[in-house]
Amino acid sequence: MRSQNEFSYGGDASVKRPLLNKEVSDQEWDNFVYNRKSLRGKHLELWQHISGCRQWIKVERDTSTHEIFRTFKADEEVA
Amino acid sequence: MTQNFRLKNGGLINRDKKLSFKFNGKSYFGFEGDTLASALLANGVHLVGRSFKYHRPRGFFGAGVDEPYAIVQLYRNGETEPNIKATEQELFDGLEAKSVNCWPSVNFDIGAINNFLKIFLPAGFYYKTFMWPKSFWYRVYEPFIRKAAGLGVASTKHDKERYEHKYDYCDLLITGSGPSGLASAYAAAKNGAKVILAEDKPRFGGTLLTSDVNIGNQSGKDWSESIISELKEMPNVTVKNRSQIFGYYDHNMLVMSEKVSDHLPKTKKYHPNKRLWYIRAKEVLISSGSIERPIVFGNNDTPGVMLSSAAKEYLKVYGVLVGKKPLVFTNNDSGYETAIEFKKNGVDPVVLDTRKNPNSEIVDEARDLGIDIKYSYVVVAAKGYKKVKSADIASISEDKRQLGKIERFKCDCICVSGFWTPTIHLASQSGNKTQFKDEIDAFVPGKSKQNETTLGAANGIFSLEQTLKTSFEAGNELSKKITKTDKKISVPNVVEKKSSQHDKFWCVPLPKGKNYKRFLDFQNDVAVSDIEIALREGYRSIEHVKRYTTLGMATDQGKTSNLNGLQLVSEIENKVVPSVGHTTFRPPYTPVSIGAIVGREVGKHSKPTRKSPMHLWHEKHNAVFVDAGVWLRPRYYKNGDESLFEASKREAKNVRSNVGVCDVTTLGKIDVKGPDAAEFLNRVYTNAWLKLPVGKARYGVMLREDGIVMDDGTTTRISENHYHMTTTTAQAANVLSHLEYYLQLVWPELNVNVVSTTEQWAGAAIAGPKSRDLLQKLFPKIDVSNEGLPFMGFIEGDLFGIKARIFRISFSGELAYEVNVESDNGNFMWEKIIEVGQEFKIQPYGTEALSTLRIEMGHVAGSELDGRTIPYDNGLDGLISKKKDFIGKRSLQRSAFTAEDRQRIVGVVPLDKQTSIPEGSHLVKDDKAKLPNPKLGHISASCWSVEYDNPFSLAIMKDGKNMIGQKLFAMSPLKNKVIPVEIVSSHYVDPKGERVRS
Repeated sequence: MRSQNEFSYGGDASVKRPLLNKEVSDQEWDNFVYNRKSLRGKHLELWQHISGCRQWIKVERDTSTHEIFRTFKADEEVA
Repeated sequence: MTQNFRLKNGGLINRDKKLSFKFNGKSYFGFEGDTLASALLANGVHLVGRSFKYHRPRGFFGAGVDEPYAIVQLYRNGETEPNIKATEQELFDGLEAKSVNCWPSVNFDIGAINNFLKIFLPAGFYYKTFMWPKSFWYRVYEPFIRKAAGLGVASTKHDKERYEHKYDYCDLLITGSGPSGLASAYAAAKNGAKVILAEDKPRFGGTLLTSDVNIGNQSGKDWSESIISELKEMPNVTVKNRSQIFGYYDHNMLVMSEKVSDHLPKTKKYHPNKRLWYIRAKEVLISSGSIERPIVFGNNDTPGVMLSSAAKEYLKVYGVLVGKKPLVFTNNDSGYETAIEFKKNGVDPVVLDTRKNPNSEIVDEARDLGIDIKYSYVVVAAKGYKKVKSADIASISEDKRQLGKIERFKCDCICVSGFWTPTIHLASQSGNKTQFKDEIDAFVPGKSKQNETTLGAANGIFSLEQTLKTSFEAGNELSKKITKTDKKISVPNVVEKKSSQHDKFWCVPLPKGKNYKRFLDFQNDVAVSDIEIALREGYRSIEHVKRYTTLGMATDQGKTSNLNGLQLVSEIENKVVPSVGHTTFRPPYTPVSIGAIVGREVGKHSKPTRKSPMHLWHEKHNAVFVDAGVWLRPRYYKNGDESLFEASKREAKNVRSNVGVCDVTTLGKIDVKGPDAAEFLNRVYTNAWLKLPVGKARYGVMLREDGIVMDDGTTTRISENHYHMTTTTAQAANVLSHLEYYLQLVWPELNVNVVSTTEQWAGAAIAGPKSRDLLQKLFPKIDVSNEGLPFMGFIEGDLFGIKARIFRISFSGELAYEVNVESDNGNFMWEKIIEVGQEFKIQPYGTEALSTLRIEMGHVAGSELDGRTIPYDNGLDGLISKKKDFIGKRSLQRSAFTAEDRQRIVGVVPLDKQTSIPEGSHLVKDDKAKLPNPKLGHISASCWSVEYDNPFSLAIMKDGKNMIGQKLFAMSPLKNKVIPVEIVSSHYVDPKGERVRS
């Protein structure tokens, strides 16, 4: 187990950036930049091991209990 | 003063060591092993403070962590600490303490007039009364309330004490060294588990120190001592006294505050004052015991009314009588234990028992000792103002509604026992949903949430035999799973007196025609009537009632008041207590000193300090430093008694007329390498990067996805697949994370690597009309002509045998170069530049001159790129590529960003060409307009233009593009300044940028 202090939070991991040069509507863009669900419970989020290997990882965490269920590498698809 | 209330012998204090101390300026004596509370009580001092709201006299109510009254200001070794509980503070020689919350003195307190006005100070009084008029709040009400209602005073001096943090882990963490803590620790330790046992008091043993029991043919106290000394010898066990576990956090992490030095007159050399432990435990055993709860009656806050268990503790641990004519008021057998102790020490108590005919071994013993017991009797009200002088007592009917004839009973203390409340705070903090246990009228932990197990009294088990049995078992079971060792310990034989059922009685009704205050929360002065008002006014949720009346919100967090508050609410609402529910328990369990929380991270230790390789040179040459992020940078080099203003002007002028050198090591540097590096930069920056040739630098702006400028800097193509990116000093770390984010998560297909090289390179900016001549002398073999090394050119060179990178880039707007060498050679480079530069009148310049130079050139920096501006606002819209997509581009189409009158950078000059405009000033059209005066923009940066010798500022202002030539006002209410100004171009000097290309 690593201390939380080594990591830095990076937001909702389920958000996908629209492809470059793709026409996107205002609504789609707003959803990408601003609109987040702020879930209570299981949440897939990004963390960076900022004081360590500098990898971004995906973490499935309970936002109310802080329980951590699963972690994924940056390029790993979440099943 | 003599210790009139100290017994001739007995107690656990060291009577051979007499200690002197002062309370409110008066000298007293106590013994080693006393608390401030026990020492004062030994001297017959009962008046220690005033209450929070009504300023009623306050004495001692408890003997430990639950104390609501006896809060003092402590003086120790030239330092002062507020809000110390006298019941927890151990006595040391020379201790000084003062009452808080009273003025001018504890005996004569002007605020006590509130007591007579109390009809005007009911629940929610502050909320209701001080709402209107609005303007009165800051000027009249708040200062008055703060003066009237404060507790202690925090020191404004720098704290000389040291505080430490320690990180530890264990198999079992045990929170309290009473019977359950000792038994479970012992069983686990014998199985080889790594155990930490924490006790908040100085002495181990908890209730075993005061109860009349026998374990394995030893007294409870002797048994606890033998267990502790055995535990202390075991290498797998850490035993800590004066250590309070105050918080239970996620992932079984608990935090403990250890008072290392508070009991000493002075902290020992190399010792901390307090030590904060972060402990990760596989299993947590909560053995925090229980706290006695009061019975509510009239004037039950009078000094001399206290918990019966506290009276017993003062007797048995400190050899102190809290009174010589005690009245014990109880609804259970515990009160009898206190009465028996009084009797055994030659004092005759009277017991009032609310029960009709209790029947148990303890009651029998009291009766056999000849103690006067009145059954079905209650205390109606305490009498006496600064100290109990007597009590109004009466018999009570079986339904507990009718009082008999009131009798006056002379006494000097009233020891109350309303049964026991398990200390469930830690279990609840862990996330445990507590449940109400009817037999004991209190909440106990329910199903475990994390790996916590609650034992003994904290779990509502008040029989010693059962406590020991279950605790030995729990310690064994939990450790066995971890260590795979099972050394079963046989449970020792226990002799204890069986007790009988308590009476579910908690509040004495008011006698006819009397309106006594009956307090629930003693520190915040919350009485029964306040809760009644809150409920009448429609507050239902216990959380709302708490906040409206402040019940349980004082520094003791309602340890003695919460449950009675719940009883009252449930009674009035005609609900059962569990459906009312309790308020949330949050850490810390007891107040924790801020010093302990901060630890060593103060002053210089609060963040790392980074210094450039040239730092010593700067120091030697009278540099005055400034914090730039984590770096220390020279702000200016002081010549004689020059001021900052004079020095920076001189330095900046010298750059404009000769040549200056500035340490730019602190700039963030990132190596971007890989076959897709150009494509990556093209996506990161707003301008085009695909065609940048090797050996050329380019200025770039990067945005966040929301279109706001994130950072700017130059990036140079060193070789085919290698770019050298620079960032601002402040944003270096964020930019690196930003790049890593896109490479790892968004575009993993790009073959690019980024790494920080900030520390690898030392940098010197050489700027000024004579910089080319200087560069030529430094690098005689290189063609540094405008053709050989044009603006934004890059070349590698040899600086007296050292490899150097030379960039022709400029922040000052002058003809300028930046030389980078490996960090170890930084000082060599710097000294060479200074040495060779002498003939060109070189001078070093600091960040202040650097600012001046960039401001008058209209170059933006952190004060404009402030996280609120887009490229257009900074005049950087020319750098936005129309042909390609990049991070944040789509956001620039948002209507606010494309508005006709969008804010834009401008220059601002005071009309009198004399008055400097404070940064942060607002630009307004009319300086006399009614408030709020519409703001047109704000001054982002100010300097004294050395080119024109007058003040000049940059501003971000609405419709800036069309404002040039306007005459406006810069207003700074903060500095009380109104300055008439003219709006000019932000490019104040060399608007065509000819110098950098010369």
